[in-house]
Amino acid sequence: MRIPAQLRTRALSPAFTEMPLSHQGQALAPQRYTRTAMLLHWLLGIALVTLFGVGLYMADLPFSPQRLKLYNWHKWAGVSILALSLLRLVWRRAHRPPQLPAQVEQAMPRWQQLAHHGAHHLLYLLFFAVPLLGWAYSSAAGFPIVFFGLWPLPDLVAASPELADTLKPLHKLSAFAMAALVLVHVAAALKHHFIDRDGLLLRMLPGRS
Amino acid sequence: MQIASVLSALALGSAALLAAQPALAQQKLVPAQSEVQFTARQMGVPLEGHFKKFDAQVHFDPAKLATSKIALTVDTGSATMGSRETDAELPKSTWFNVPQFPQATFQSSTIKTLGAGKFDVAGKLSIKGVARDVVVPVTLVQNGATTTATGVLPLKRLAFKIGENEWADTSMVADDVQVKFKLALTGVGKL
Repeated sequence: MRIPAQLRTRALSPAFTEMPLSHQGQALAPQRYTRTAMLLHWLLGIALVTLFGVGLYMADLPFSPQRLKLYNWHKWAGVSILALSLLRLVWRRAHRPPQLPAQVEQAMPRWQQLAHHGAHHLLYLLFFAVPLLGWAYSSAAGFPIVFFGLWPLPDLVAASPELADTLKPLHKLSAFAMAALVLVHVAAALKHHFIDRDGLLLRMLPGRS
Repeated sequence: MQIASVLSALALGSAALLAAQPALAQQKLVPAQSEVQFTARQMGVPLEGHFKKFDAQVHFDPAKLATSKIALTVDTGSATMGSRETDAELPKSTWFNVPQFPQATFQSSTIKTLGAGKFDVAGKLSIKGVARDVVVPVTLVQNGATTTATGVLPLKRLAFKIGENEWADTSMVADDVQVKFKLALTGVGKL
């Protein structure tokens, strides 16, 4: 594992060696994500959590204008998230996220390294799978999506009550899987920040450089 | 003597029946080739539905429009929009109120020809206890023994109280509903 030159020099600087041991890690948090990546991360994070909550709430509502309204908003938001996730993936391909700091990586047992990579890959897979399954479910149920009530989007599948019955639990299960992964993601971030104090979280926060 | 008169009465009766039969069987709807559809709009989303059960009573003579009559009866309880959720709602009192108004009807009053197989059929449309005068544009196309009548009738759903109370909000469900029909008829004379 190569340690970036920048990190090596910082680790050897007097300012670093003189600070309390517990803060050395945070001072080592060097390379941040790009501002665009941060913006997309927090925006989509908030949007996904909100939309998950709305989805849970609306699914149990009785047939009413309120229910239809929420369903439409949920669909528009879902399509927006899908588009932003695509933008996010394209951005990520063009601007590779910073590597895990070497000493953070060395401190992680093998299973955590695997979990770290696995969780992120799975999250990205679900960023696409969950909205696409929702879109397909809407098409199958015979409700085409008209984005913001103005732009009709193509149906992903033909209307079919049987297919709708299959897709509905898939949309739900994939959303729950994403929610579980988000919880793990948040728990891991907080553990790194407050227990390991390795400054990993700072890579996703703007400001102090 | 008595037997003879009974027989002759029977003969007369069956002759009358035979004579009446062609007239009855003359103009009939072919349900398998007919459709009555509707399109509603919910927050900009077009939703298609159709009625599975309807019938038409047609006495149409292109040469005698003044005495021609067309009547259409639609079973409101046979409406479907293809999803279980909406189909469970349609028969309720806020929508079609099927228990109280099981049928929607159209009864023609005057038929006007516009030429080239096009007609304006004026008449009374009754849905959910509300009767309104409408003019239905109808196009007739003949193919062999079958005459197909097609047309589109734009309606305002609120005029017929379809979608009451909370559902009267037209920003939610638009007032405009398109009714599209295709009625295949047998026994209509040459246009």
